Amino acid sequence: MLELIKNTIDFLSQPSISLTMILVAFPFVFPPTEKFDVWHRKLKLHKIWTKQGGMIGLVFITLYFFLGFTDEHFSLILKKPDNVPIIFIIYSVLFFLWLSMYQAYENDQRLAAGEPVAEYYPAKEKVLVWPDLVFIEFIALILMTVFLLIWSIALPAPLEQAANPTLSPNPAKAPWYFLGLQEMLVYFDPWIAGVLFPSLMILGLMAIPYFDRNKEGSGYYSFAQRRKSIFIFLYGWLVLWIFPIVVGTFFRGPNWNFFGPFEEWSVAKVVALSNVNLSDYIWVKMLRIGLPSNPLIRESVGIVFILAYFGLIPIVLARGKLRALPEKLGPIRYGLIVFLALAMMLLPIKMYLRWTLNLKYIIAIPEAFFNI
Amino acid sequence: MADNERKSLGSRITGSMIWTSIFRTPFPTTRSERLKSILNNVFLHLHPAKLSRHAVKLKYTWCMGGLSFYLFIVLTISGILLMFYYRPTVEYAYTDIVDLSEQVPMGIMREIHRWTAHMMVITVLLHMFRVFMTGSYKPPREFNWVVGVLLLTLTLFLSFTGYLLPWDQLAIWAITVGTNMARATPFLGHEGPGAALLAIGDINLVTMSSDVRFALLGGRFVGESALLRFYVLHCVALPFIIMIMMSVHFWRIRRDGNISGPL
Repeated sequence: MLELIKNTIDFLSQPSISLTMILVAFPFVFPPTEKFDVWHRKLKLHKIWTKQGGMIGLVFITLYFFLGFTDEHFSLILKKPDNVPIIFIIYSVLFFLWLSMYQAYENDQRLAAGEPVAEYYPAKEKVLVWPDLVFIEFIALILMTVFLLIWSIALPAPLEQAANPTLSPNPAKAPWYFLGLQEMLVYFDPWIAGVLFPSLMILGLMAIPYFDRNKEGSGYYSFAQRRKSIFIFLYGWLVLWIFPIVVGTFFRGPNWNFFGPFEEWSVAKVVALSNVNLSDYIWVKMLRIGLPSNPLIRESVGIVFILAYFGLIPIVLARGKLRALPEKLGPIRYGLIVFLALAMMLLPIKMYLRWTLNLKYIIAIPEAFFNI
Repeated sequence: MADNERKSLGSRITGSMIWTSIFRTPFPTTRSERLKSILNNVFLHLHPAKLSRHAVKLKYTWCMGGLSFYLFIVLTISGILLMFYYRPTVEYAYTDIVDLSEQVPMGIMREIHRWTAHMMVITVLLHMFRVFMTGSYKPPREFNWVVGVLLLTLTLFLSFTGYLLPWDQLAIWAITVGTNMARATPFLGHEGPGAALLAIGDINLVTMSSDVRFALLGGRFVGESALLRFYVLHCVALPFIIMIMMSVHFWRIRRDGNISGPL
């Protein structure tokens, strides 16, 4: 029975399956439109953001880690001192997600009933920072200090053999907060996974206040008033940031192969790599004439593909579904938002192309290190 | 005379000439003293003297910004202590780290530094999350959100540069993996797209020994000069920048109307 559960979790943890489940569930859990909200309520998913929902979630995650700590393979990974923060981050990200959504839904109900939000107090009702805030901060600092002291006494900081540039460990992993980038390296070349995407992440985060022109929902937790912006942010935060970190930390073993949490990290595991470029598909497999020597002709289909993706989709959307947006936001703001949103979608798109078609590169010009 | 004898030790201290010379207001007991105690103290005056009731609630703030600042102070103090024992050379770095745990009595300073660094990354991330979920980036706080994103980036860089310093296998390979990506920087890395365009005639300007990765490592691989560069970045350059940015961040919180809240 236990083995069956573990095997099921191993199976479900594969990025192709877990990501699909997350992506399908995402709009129903965080409904970006009223239509999805109807389904959200029909499926009773709003109950996740109640106290009972939070407790059930807590029990499940704790059971998962309990199973992990008692398992001979998973416990090796969980007990690595540098992986302890990941356990904290899983708990804290989910807890604070729940806490913010819980308060947001409470406020949504108040707003729907025409009441002021929970954060609202009449202007005159102010408290003195000494003692009301200073003491809270003081207690928080003491608790944090105690926590850090216990952590430091209980767990020695890891120290391996002295550095040896001739002996590379397998797998060689970046620090945990960069493992999301390392995980993206599976699907993209370093200039995208390690340089372009992180830059876009930072710039995109910085641009949020200039993109989001919605004046509502400032200074209190709310969801209904800012569905779309919260949906996009949570997609970036949970799917593109936290999820790859967790996969990179827990599920990537020797040779960066996938290993289920309860699987043994065996160096012997062989995964056949037979990835094919889009140009190979077209010139060799479909047209059977071999690759043209000029790289621009060879990659023309991929180039058209990428240009259409970033060039045509914004125009089509501006004429169709998102007709109101360009006028409301201005053409520059609209263009940048759609560009960043398309860039955010590029990762799952490339992932699925890899999993279904074994596609290596959409554009492959290794002569100029230009592979997408 | 009898009055004097009944005075407690505490009030003797707080009433003494030394105490009153240090603290501009006595230990606050009245409302006006409480207000003044914030205004007259250089550290406490980061805060306003009065706040809306929601702003002091843990449920609203999660205290993550304050904790991040506190963890930065813990990191500075423990980092300074570590600098007494640590020499950033290939010859000594690793053995100095070993000595820290084996020769220093109660040597947990390295643990405190490392775990606090992990914790700070988490608290900064959660602080960003809280600020987003309360919509606190909206006008007039747009620019402070930008400063906050820069602070998050600096926090990650600080943690990353510190990762190399123990000079063990974990350290150099993590930094090797991380910095290898820099060689693919468009135009500026020698394996990046467009780098071949930066050439005069046949001579490439961006090569293995002139690209952005070389600038970061001070060499073509993670070695002696990389260790020194990361040490200087970690202990001097980045803390200097992050402290300036933090000052801007805190100043702007006050100028932009203190902590966000419903109107």
